[in-house]
Amino acid sequence: MEELDVEPAITNIPAASDGKHLGFAWGPGDILAYETLYMAPGCSFIHEVRKDEDIYSPILRKLFNESHHIFVGLQTIREDLPSKNKKTQFVSISKNYRSVIRACMEELQQVLQKWPRNMEIRYVSILLAIELIWNLCEVLFIDAAPAGPLLLHLLDWVRLHKGDVDEKAREVLQSESPAEHHDYWDVPGGTQTLTEFDVKWRHWHEEVDRCLQDNSFASNQHLEIICKILVGDEDTLLEHKELLSTWYHFLVTRLLFCHPTVKPTELHYYAQSCMTMFLDLRSVPEPLDSILLAAFEFDIHQVIKDCSIALNNWWFVAHLTDLLDHCKLLQSHNLHFGSNLREFLLLEYASGLFTHHSLWQLAVDYFDNCPEFGHVYLELQIERVPLDTERKALKVLRICEQRQMSEQVRSICKIMAMRALRNNRLGSALSWSIRAKDAAFATLISERFLQDYCARGTFSDLDLIDNLGPAMLLSDRLTFLVKYREFHKLYEENRFSEAAKLLLSLITAKIAPRSFWMTLLTDALPLLEQKEVSHSAHCPYLLLYHLTCLVYGFIVFCYGSSCKVDQLLTSLIKESVCRFAGLGPEGLGTPKV
Amino acid sequence: MESVNAKYVSQKISKTRWRPVSHSSLQQPDIFATGSWDNEDNKISFWSIGNHGSSGMDEGFEGDPQLLCEHKHDGDVLDLQFLDQDRIVTTSSTGAVTIFRHHQNSQTISVSQRWPRVHRYPCDNAPCTGVVCSSPEIVTVGEDGKIIVFRADQEGVIRVIENADSSTIHAVTYLRTTEILTCILYLDDVLLPLHCVDRHPNQQHIVATGGQDGMLCVWDVRQGSTPFSLMEAHSAEMWEVHFHPTNPDHLFTCSEDGSLLHWETSTHSDMPSFLQGGRNNSMISRSAMAPAGGNQSLISTWLSGDSSKGRLETTHMLPSQTLSVNSLDVLGQCLVCGTDGEAIFVNRQVPV
Repeated sequence: MEELDVEPAITNIPAASDGKHLGFAWGPGDILAYETLYMAPGCSFIHEVRKDEDIYSPILRKLFNESHHIFVGLQTIREDLPSKNKKTQFVSISKNYRSVIRACMEELQQVLQKWPRNMEIRYVSILLAIELIWNLCEVLFIDAAPAGPLLLHLLDWVRLHKGDVDEKAREVLQSESPAEHHDYWDVPGGTQTLTEFDVKWRHWHEEVDRCLQDNSFASNQHLEIICKILVGDEDTLLEHKELLSTWYHFLVTRLLFCHPTVKPTELHYYAQSCMTMFLDLRSVPEPLDSILLAAFEFDIHQVIKDCSIALNNWWFVAHLTDLLDHCKLLQSHNLHFGSNLREFLLLEYASGLFTHHSLWQLAVDYFDNCPEFGHVYLELQIERVPLDTERKALKVLRICEQRQMSEQVRSICKIMAMRALRNNRLGSALSWSIRAKDAAFATLISERFLQDYCARGTFSDLDLIDNLGPAMLLSDRLTFLVKYREFHKLYEENRFSEAAKLLLSLITAKIAPRSFWMTLLTDALPLLEQKEVSHSAHCPYLLLYHLTCLVYGFIVFCYGSSCKVDQLLTSLIKESVCRFAGLGPEGLGTPKV
Repeated sequence: MESVNAKYVSQKISKTRWRPVSHSSLQQPDIFATGSWDNEDNKISFWSIGNHGSSGMDEGFEGDPQLLCEHKHDGDVLDLQFLDQDRIVTTSSTGAVTIFRHHQNSQTISVSQRWPRVHRYPCDNAPCTGVVCSSPEIVTVGEDGKIIVFRADQEGVIRVIENADSSTIHAVTYLRTTEILTCILYLDDVLLPLHCVDRHPNQQHIVATGGQDGMLCVWDVRQGSTPFSLMEAHSAEMWEVHFHPTNPDHLFTCSEDGSLLHWETSTHSDMPSFLQGGRNNSMISRSAMAPAGGNQSLISTWLSGDSSKGRLETTHMLPSQTLSVNSLDVLGQCLVCGTDGEAIFVNRQVPV
């Protein structure tokens, strides 16, 4: 087990009284804490401690939904594209993510203008920081600009975040600059190569330096200061610290004036020194500062690690890591838990989403894109989604069926079927068990139908039973139910010979439950009296034969076998057969049973 | 395809409906209502797209829909209909039916009338799955298999049809003023629940349904229990089907698979289709008869539709696959739909 990097955070549970013992139980995303009776008799409250409140913010929800859309799009980028095209696409996806963050920020600011004491004010600084870090990562890692354009991108980055300050500075500079300075702003990336530019820049730099040494600007103090800034004189720059509110602004400014052709690999020297120079009054750098420094050092893993610790919610690290992984920038090293970094973060994020009553649907797509453990996580989590209405159950079922999670399908259908059964909605229960292909349950429900019939004398839910089609073969009992209902239908339509044939097949197929034998017998008797049946040559005798077997078996079952019963039975059968055939009692031999 | 912008609204949308516009004015609709589901606090909301009578805009999507007002709703909003210009009736997963009134002047919503727990089991609430209204009469159906009739201004329930079915009734629509059609099951080799139904605006015997397997079926209710035509529409449950109210050659369907389809049927030949019926039997898929009762002007092209015959065109209306599209509504040239991705899409230039 690794040592902890930081002290564990302490969360106070305001409702729990002092001095009481607290027990707890882990949930999928939350912890349930309760007061126990160890010391004095306490009250029995259960407190739910939520790890992550961010997912409950209505404005941040838009972030989650929109970024989900981008995430799904990212996963479908084809692997076989040439890397140049892919890079442009990745950069544009990164910009998409950032624009979503900015849209969130703008909306937050609008809300705060109307309600300044809104709780969500804490998200403003978090979103600002997130966007800052993401932008820097885009410049350094995804866009991976070489020396030359690198500085331009860094300039843009700083400008984006310190817009107004830079405006002022630019005005000041441009109002004084001679023509050469215009050339200066035509920075590399255009028509010149890096070395050409470097030579020109050094030439210019020496000239300005010489002007300073010559004291040619001594008369105008402002001009002299500006010149010193242009030369990159650190002390002058530091004197104007309040214009450069942050050390990274200082860094980019210094690079602009001293080392415009800085290479990516040299960045971290300057970053470290700038940070030290700028922050000399403060002792410890803030988390944001160390994250940015790690980025300048191109230590991606450190960036991700620090962000994971600093931020409450996994959204940022999960999406950024996923994007970097697609850019093939993460070395794959296995974590102690077996999956790689990207998958671990996505799983954490998605598990957090699953605890939300509404956002669980987004989590499904994230699990889908975690090849090693995603399926297992989904299987465990999807069963916990509460199923209040049939519509929700159908949606969850669709998710399970699309991923061949047959266990979960069966489990969900069984829950819904039991609920329907409890509310006496037999038809609904039957449809659910058919959907799950659950033979045992279908048998149970068919029994209920048959019991209903015995109790009331009529069937309920005829439309469902009449229209099952091949689904009726799911279970024997169900087949019997359908066929029995068909028998009744035929009888009602006066199609007696067909009815008799059906009844015969029902009896011979032996799928009738024992409890139903009496009923079948009772049904058969009026049939035998129908002219249609009795005049057809073959049928009635077969019917009679089988009925006789049935009766015999039934009586033996009820009363046991004995000589007396045998005799009684034989004479009974003889009598009725003769009566039926219109013969006298002596006209028939003993039937073989 | 024009770009359709999504408006993210921080709630999963279960129903969207346009506010009806008066037939006399040629205005495009400008206000729609939405209901949410699967939230701890569900809401109904009214939105405006700011179409104040200016037709003939080139720009299809001037701005996002703006939220006018919203109100808390107890339970998921399972169905929502406009009763008239100011009132909507909603049905809830708690089995309640509520009428809300939208006060345009103050942009507020108030509860006008409520019937709590009308759909229920002996020991539990039953979600109320569908509603249809023809002011002042309201008919609702629910998972308990009951059909309940109300009047908008009366306290109690007018009529309850118990045990209309032992399964859940998913949807309901008016056939004629005195008949309603409810929507449960259908068979064509397999037993599948139907989720939505809509009646042809001009020809009352034609009904379109969508079901669990994503198949679009068109039925003639006078003729038996098999559908007239069957079209494979979606790869998952179809949640809503709508004929365009004024241009019924157009049909719209939306589904769990995240797509919204626009179906357009057309006759290619010069001859009106009712004359072709007798001679060209291959065009008519299931039924071979012209309708008895000779006053029918046209056999609707829907009844002879078969997607392979090239008389039916289908277009996707959303740019890319999203999470389930739960609901859509179309009026005039405007289409609105809501998804499980917590987004609303509005298209103001539907080609009808």
